[in-house]
Amino acid sequence: MRINLTSVFVDDQEKALRFYTDVLGFAKKHDVPLGGEDRWLTVVSPEDPDGTELLLEPNKHPAVKPYTTALVEDGIPATAFAVDDVRAEFARLSKLGVRFTQEPAEMGPVTTAVLDDTCGNLIQIMHSS
Amino acid sequence: MADDVFKALADPTRRRILDELTDRNGQTLFEICGRLVTRHGLGLSRQAVSQHLAVLEAAGLVATRREGRYKFHDLNTRPLEHIVTRWLGPQTPRTPESTP
Repeated sequence: MRINLTSVFVDDQEKALRFYTDVLGFAKKHDVPLGGEDRWLTVVSPEDPDGTELLLEPNKHPAVKPYTTALVEDGIPATAFAVDDVRAEFARLSKLGVRFTQEPAEMGPVTTAVLDDTCGNLIQIMHSS
Repeated sequence: MADDVFKALADPTRRRILDELTDRNGQTLFEICGRLVTRHGLGLSRQAVSQHLAVLEAAGLVATRREGRYKFHDLNTRPLEHIVTRWLGPQTPRTPESTP
């Protein structure tokens, strides 16, 4: 068994696609219309195009907004991505206007930082120290 | 207020929280929990850390600030100044053996 797909809830799929590709640097993998305005929209890492897909899932279910709002208020990330160098990514993304709720910090065996994906979630980036 | 400060400082976990806020001000609950686990081996639930923060806030040692959708915790050292001025004011007599 392996992890093939994981998801984040987003408030606007088109805005989310722009953030996850243009800013974070992922590549679009699948974009399938689902009737109405919703899409089956996934992105992958360009370093691993056949690897785990991230589904940018519409947040329309009534349970989603209270859930994501409460997580963001306490600074809890929806998911985490691996990077080569958290401090370098922090510098690069800050220049692009990305807001961090946690600056790079050594947390035991890993260095982490937490950023706002502008679509309703906090995302943690990390590398092994 | 002074009694609240002493009560807040009496707990080692709460002193660790203040240590970490001294290291970097303006932390989310998530960051505080992460620092307590990874730097001090204190695997408390988020609810427990929230309760410790509430005690520190009641004593005036921590202030919370909402910025947009986020909530940050800031250190406030002012209540500690009362302790300094109460016993370590300029009139404090110094015994020879305690002078460095």
